[in-house]
Parts: sequence; structure tokens; C-alpha cells
Amino acid sequence: MLPLLAVLILGVAWEGAVLVFEIPVYMFPALSVIWSEFLTNVGLVAGHTVATLGTVMGGFALSIAISVPLAVLIASSPLMANAIYPLLVLTQSVPKVALAPILVVVLGAGEVPRLVVTFLVAFFPLVTSLATGLLTTPADLIELGRSYKATWWQELVRIRFPSSVPFMFNGLKLAITFAVVGATVGEFVAADKGLGYQIMAATAFFNTPAAFGALVILSLLGIVLFQAVVIIEKVFFSWSTPMEADLQ
Amino acid sequence: MQALLEVSLAIERNEFVSIVGPSGCGKSTLLRLIAGLIGVSSGRVAIDGAAVDGPRRDIGVVFQAPTLLPWANVLDNVLFPLKILHRLAPGSPDKARELLRLVGLSDFERKMPSELSGGMQQRTSICRALITDPDILLMDEPFGALDALTREEMSLELLRIWQEQPKTIFFVTHSVPEAVLLADRVCVMTARPGRIIEIIDVPLPRPRSYEQESLQEFQNCAKRIRQHIFGDAAASARTGAA
Repeated sequence: MLPLLAVLILGVAWEGAVLVFEIPVYMFPALSVIWSEFLTNVGLVAGHTVATLGTVMGGFALSIAISVPLAVLIASSPLMANAIYPLLVLTQSVPKVALAPILVVVLGAGEVPRLVVTFLVAFFPLVTSLATGLLTTPADLIELGRSYKATWWQELVRIRFPSSVPFMFNGLKLAITFAVVGATVGEFVAADKGLGYQIMAATAFFNTPAAFGALVILSLLGIVLFQAVVIIEKVFFSWSTPMEADLQ
Repeated sequence: MQALLEVSLAIERNEFVSIVGPSGCGKSTLLRLIAGLIGVSSGRVAIDGAAVDGPRRDIGVVFQAPTLLPWANVLDNVLFPLKILHRLAPGSPDKARELLRLVGLSDFERKMPSELSGGMQQRTSICRALITDPDILLMDEPFGALDALTREEMSLELLRIWQEQPKTIFFVTHSVPEAVLLADRVCVMTARPGRIIEIIDVPLPRPRSYEQESLQEFQNCAKRIRQHIFGDAAASARTGAA
């Protein structure tokens, strides 16, 4: 109730401040103006949203596809971990905003550089949390497997992976949030559709209400996708969330 | 570091042997050697004449903690070894249910481990160890984490299972009365360096029950074990207090 009230107060203050101080619409539009701009161009905005959603989900899928084997490699031996981690940290220390235009030159101006940027922004927390999960599998469960001569693959699939599910979902929640950021960065640099592109195009013509509209939708997209991951975890992996959480 | 000094122990088929000794005497190490979970630095562990060089399929291990898979229900936990061994058959679930009935968990097969009490979790892990029909059951302080009452109940249950399905049992424990009550023979170990100091025959008739604790033979066995572990004076003081 309280958060809703806070948002309401913020909205009223926003609307009031713009009216009282007579702020020009290209500088800082009132909420009502953003809303009416959104309503007039709702079809266009929907198209941009679908495009961005596609990039987000594509980059997210790419992150999962690459992070899982990478985490398995890291967890397989300290030697592998020592070899791979510095490279991972390197990919994270490169500013993705700076990398994006270079990727466009290297990979061409299609969907590929956007997917790669999204992947680069999103995959890191997934790899690290999944690797942590695989490595912190309780030793007694591993010993149980060994006492039945479990193969490396059986140990991975039947013990280490299931035991890592709570860690994996922590990574997935971060990754889906970062994927929205990554997709937007990709669209800033090279795109002809998408919410990131809409912000660039709108601000170029001082159509600030349209830019704000895209911004709001991007935020909502992040929240909705995050909650979707939370719900998938609750529904399909309820054992990984402690019982106490359900009681509250 | 040397965990065990010279240890020599021969166990008969279908014999129940308890190992008792203070913490750090190498009881669990000895169990893991027999289980093939660790290797010997010198000497030899053999079962039916064949040297143990890794985990064997005819051995079931019950660990101190129940070590159940938290994401699997009771039935799936019991079936887990068969899955790993590729021996899951259409009749396996019924066999698991039969074992669960034996330990009084018939109505719990769909429960998750987190919904069970400590005693029920350990019962589940005993069923899991029995599902492969092992000839040898290695138990590493299986009742150590349970309260005293559940513990007595569980040890009698174990004897009943052993009566119904005879097998060789190697039972590591901290508890002197438990060791005496369960076993045909009790191996007393001492620490630093770990070694077997004496193997004591328990001349109590079967079926055993906790009433036998008052018998002279029981007292003699328990006293002898305590003498080895605590020294003569301390042992008689403890027996007097009890």
C-alpha cells in the first residue's frame, strides 16, 4: 500500500511541478503528455517493444546456452577456473557502450551485434552464480554418489545441477534484468526499431514525451521479465525456495 | 598424516560388528576404507577374497547425516541408487514401498525430506541403503544426530531389519550401550594413532532388547569397553554413577 502511495505522490508532484514552473515539453514533459503521446502512437510503440523483447530473449537464451557449459568447465577443475576467470573479468571490464559500435563494424549492422552486446552484459552473473552452485554442492551428496560409482556425467546431472538450482535462479534473475540493459545499448548504436532506437530517434527531434514513453516501457519490461523468472522458479522448482518463504 | 595404525579385523558373513571409540580414533576412516571411498596407504582391504579398490555394488552405506537429495521426495530418494546404477526396474517402486513399510514410513513416500523429522530422514536413508540388496551394510554413526528415545527405537528397528534380511553389518558408534546391544562383536578403538585395542564378544542371546542392559554379561562388556577408552579408574567411576 505504502509503495503505491509513494508512486502516486511522485506522480502528482511531477505533474504539478511541470505545470507550476511552466517547463517546456521538450525539456521535461508532464505525465499526462507522455500518456497521450503513448496513446496516439500505441501501434508503433508495440512494434518497438516486440523488437526489443526479441533481442532481450535472444540475448538471454544465448547467455544461458554459453554460461552453462562455461560454468561446468570452471567447476571441473581449479586449473580451468584459473584459466577462464581472468577472461570473464576482462569481458566485464570492457565498457559495453564503447564496444557496441566496434561490434557493429565487425559483425555488420544486423541483429547479431545487438544479441552479442546483450549476451556480454547479461551472462556474467549467470556463469559465476552457477559455477558457485556447482562448486558448493554439499560434499556428503557427492560422496553418496561416489559410493554408488556415479560417473562424472551422473554426478553433474543428478547431483550438482539440481543442487545448484537456487544459485542458477539467482543468476537468471540478474541476467534477465541486465539483458534489458544490453538490448537497449545495442539498439542505441545500430537499429532501425526497438525501444532503444525509439529513444534515440525521439530525442533527436526533441520528441521528449515519446522518449519518456519508451523509457517507462523498458522499465516495465525489466520488471515483468524478472517476475516471470521468479514465478518459473516458484512453480517448477518450489523445493529450491525454503518452506518458510511460503508460510509468510 | 597417519589416521590408522595397524588394524586387523576379519568379519564373518552376516555378522553384526560394532566399532566404538573416541572421536578421532579413525572409526569413520576404517568405514570409508571398507566402502572403497578412500584407498589404503599400506595393507589390504578385501571382501570375499577380492581387494577393495573402489566402491562396490554389494555395499550399502548409511552416513551420519541422512544426506537425502532435498529436491526429491522420499520414494525418489530411496530409488536414487538404482537410478545411478541403471538398475531401475518396473518393480523397483514397489520394492522401495516395501522397505518404507518396514521402517514405518508407508504414508510418507510423497513427502519431501524437509517435511520429515530427523528420525524419519535417517529411516529413509536406511531404506536407500537397502534398496540395492547389499550383502554388506556400513553404518557411520547413523543414529548420532537423533535424540535418545528415537535412537533406542531405531536401533531395535535395525535389529529387526537385520533379522528379516540377514547381512553383514559394520556399525560405527559413539555409544557404548548401543554398540553392545546391537553387535555380535564390538571392536574397541583408541585414538592417536587409531588402532583396534580389543575385539569383545557379546554373549547376549537374541533377539536383543534394552532390558538386557541390566544383565551381568552386558555390564561386563560395557565395563571392559569403557576401561579401554577411559582407563581403569575412570571406567569404574562411570559404571558406579550409572
